[in-house]
Amino acid sequence: MNIPVECYLVLSSLLFFIGVFGFVTRRNLIAMLISIELVLNAADLNFAVFNRVLFPGQLEGFFFTLFSMGVAAAETAVAIAIIINVYRNFHSDQVNSIKNMKL
Amino acid sequence: MEYSYAFLILLLPFLSFLLIGLAGMKMKKPVAGLIGTLVIGSVFAMSVFTAYEYFFAVGRDAATGLYPTVTVFNLTWLKFTELLTFNIGFRLTPISVMMLIVITTVSFMVHIYSFGYMAERDENYKKEEYEPGFQRFYAYLSLFTMSMLGLVVATNIFQMYLFWELVGVCSYLLIGFYYPKHAAVHASKKAFIVTRFADLFFLIGILFYSFYVGTFNYDLSATPELQSNLAGAAWVLPMALFLMFIGGAGKSAMFPLHIWLPDAMEGPTPVSALIHAATMVVAGVYQVASLFPIWVEYAPNQLHWVAYIAAFTAFYAAAVACCQSDIKRGLAFSTISQIAYMLVALGVCTAMEGEGGVGYMASMFHLFTHAMFKALLFLCSGAIIVIIGSNFKEYMGGLHKYMPITNICFLIGTIAISGFFPLAGFFSKDEIVDACFHFSPFMGYFMTLVSGMTAFYMFRLYYVIFWGNSYYEADPEHRRKPAEVPFVMWGPLVFLAVVSCFAGWIPFGHFVSADGHAEDIALQSLHFGPTAWMSLCVAFVGFGLATWMYAKGTNPLPDMLQRRMPRLHKAALNRFYIDDAWQFFTHKIVFGLFSKPIAWFDRRVIDGTFNFMAWGAQEAGETIRPWQSGDVRSYAVWFLTGTVALTLILLAIAL
Amino acid sequence: MANIIMFCILAVVILGSAVMCVTTKRIMRAATFLLFVLFGIAGIYFLLDYTFLGAAQISVYAGGITMLYIFAIQLVSKRTLQGLVERLKGSRVVVGALATLAGLVTVVAVLLKNQFINAALGTSDTEVPMEQIGKALVGSGKYEYVLPFEFISLFLLACIVGGIMMARKEEEK
Repeated sequence: MNIPVECYLVLSSLLFFIGVFGFVTRRNLIAMLISIELVLNAADLNFAVFNRVLFPGQLEGFFFTLFSMGVAAAETAVAIAIIINVYRNFHSDQVNSIKNMKL
Repeated sequence: MEYSYAFLILLLPFLSFLLIGLAGMKMKKPVAGLIGTLVIGSVFAMSVFTAYEYFFAVGRDAATGLYPTVTVFNLTWLKFTELLTFNIGFRLTPISVMMLIVITTVSFMVHIYSFGYMAERDENYKKEEYEPGFQRFYAYLSLFTMSMLGLVVATNIFQMYLFWELVGVCSYLLIGFYYPKHAAVHASKKAFIVTRFADLFFLIGILFYSFYVGTFNYDLSATPELQSNLAGAAWVLPMALFLMFIGGAGKSAMFPLHIWLPDAMEGPTPVSALIHAATMVVAGVYQVASLFPIWVEYAPNQLHWVAYIAAFTAFYAAAVACCQSDIKRGLAFSTISQIAYMLVALGVCTAMEGEGGVGYMASMFHLFTHAMFKALLFLCSGAIIVIIGSNFKEYMGGLHKYMPITNICFLIGTIAISGFFPLAGFFSKDEIVDACFHFSPFMGYFMTLVSGMTAFYMFRLYYVIFWGNSYYEADPEHRRKPAEVPFVMWGPLVFLAVVSCFAGWIPFGHFVSADGHAEDIALQSLHFGPTAWMSLCVAFVGFGLATWMYAKGTNPLPDMLQRRMPRLHKAALNRFYIDDAWQFFTHKIVFGLFSKPIAWFDRRVIDGTFNFMAWGAQEAGETIRPWQSGDVRSYAVWFLTGTVALTLILLAIAL
Repeated sequence: MANIIMFCILAVVILGSAVMCVTTKRIMRAATFLLFVLFGIAGIYFLLDYTFLGAAQISVYAGGITMLYIFAIQLVSKRTLQGLVERLKGSRVVVGALATLAGLVTVVAVLLKNQFINAALGTSDTEVPMEQIGKALVGSGKYEYVLPFEFISLFLLACIVGGIMMARKEEEK
């Protein structure tokens, strides 16, 4: 018996919004980045599910997910480098402390 | 071309003003003063030369037998229409040449005199140091001389107005020269506001005149195109001329706009001599004289109003002058009275030719002689003030022993102004009285009475200063002994005294007259008419009365009169409450009824509107600013909210 | 049936871990819960018969990215090791929760309402063969992805270089 596709979608959207909630509420930069990972994963999941359920013969969603993993890895590397720099300069990893970077 | 140097007469004082004004603080004080004096000296020389050229070397035009009107240059500055252009030029007429002489002579004397006056002195009246602001003083004097010369050589009314305002500014600056003194600041403001208020009417008059007649020129017959305009404009000319006269009345301190002149005595005394006795205050007379042909032709009735106003002013000022204890104010009221004489003389004219036009010549003659002897009197009073250190007669008395030269000079000035033969005032003033008798006997007798009052108050002033009880001798131990002023001050006094002695013998009618033809002054060939005898008698009565009352300083009559008529005395001392009337008028009526509502409207409605706009913008900014917080998370919330809202809207549309 | 049970277990693990991840106050725990979420997602991929994707998820995400996080956390703050306690601002939590809830409701409503889901084909229970994936990944034809693949590898390289550049200690001036 197949799992109804709605289940996947509801799961992914729940995950997405949990990520968004985390992004909005957390003050720690790394925690915010972790929340973004959740959001990204939710999107990846959607790609895979749509590919599998709607167009099983093709692999676009599959590869998109694959590449997005690579992009996520790159993004994390750069973001963490930035966070480490911020920490060095402000001696804090709280997002409020870098508000002064605004113009 | 003749008079090609004439532009220097205006340019040199202006350059000297710029030089002293801009670089004066870098110079030593005497250097700055010397520059100003030398420049004015050269301008004086040029003016004398110009007068010689104009009256003698070139002389009368052979064809018409008149002194020609020479326009040395006339640059168009603004062109409104073909006819109506605003020019800056240099015009020589008999009266403007006469004014050149008056202004430069007095100005030159004042420049020299100020070296002595504008100095701080020690116990023995030795000069210690020139006063602070000495350079500024000379810069202003230069500017004033330039403006006044520009006013008299103006080729048109608009140029006259321009320089008119400039002399007003100079007057303001010089009255307020001692700006740390409150009284000086108030006096300068008062002078400026009152004359400026009057100038508003002058400007309106000019606008009427130029709009309907189509020119700014004095001379209407020169351009034939104007004749058609004139026919339609005849009704507006009297009003325009009278409005211009109100401007002149402000400058010439006619009742009821005279209130600024006595207060203007807060300025340094040389300034009072130059501006507030000899030159600027006669600008109003000069203005009427410049427009005289138009007055006579188009507004003869209004010209007589001028005469009535001036006659009343002459009487009023003479009455007030009789009981001033501040000698400079006394002289100021005397100035008002004498200027009124000149305007009366202009006002009683009925025609350009013959006896109807005698007043014009008399007025200009009196202007000339008055400038000399009134400048003399003011400079004398300045010398006294330098020695005494006060303006008030209570500190003077008995000075004839200590200041012999000043005494003689003041006496000459007093005799001249009182109209005793053979000094200057006698001839010019009797010409005026003569002209008044031609107009109406009442006017004649009235002006004769005023000339008697003149003799009285001038001799009263003379006696309380130089005779009577000496303030110094009452307590010689503790009071400074008066002494004669230095040469740099008495030199100009003597020069002006000599001029005052002989100015009356100038055959003035040969140079200046209403129709331009030579005119003899009968008195100068010793043909005394009944009017001359009568005014001599009246002057003698005034003199005698003053001598009896004040010469010894012991006569109880003045005090008794003061006690008998306390109200009258108090009123006269307070200038018959005209200042208070103006105060009431401006504060209660103008401020209360007009200014306050306007101020309220301005503050509440106009300011309110703009304040509201500013406030609104600021509030909007304050509201929006936090949105641009740089806080990523709040951006995320907004982004999410926006996305959701957009989706919902799209859904709503799809449904 | 087994699929559904599997899915339910995975969903519970994923959602529970995710919620814990964003609500825990200790940053190290958040990273750990993230790891669980990633495993759960990998499980979903397996459930969808995308075994290669699941393997990549575990090796790249769970193995690589999470390690990065843990290193970063240890680098950034010593206090973090002892468990950084983070204070959440009440009003912000409420606002975030409301916005999130509104978004969630909207999205779920759209998903459930939409008709195309009904048109979904049933999933064939067959796994996508690895050979096909490999060919598609490095092939250069239509629907083949050698170019993005190479691009991603270059991109990663650039990011690593950039990361090192940024994170390396600057010389003391």
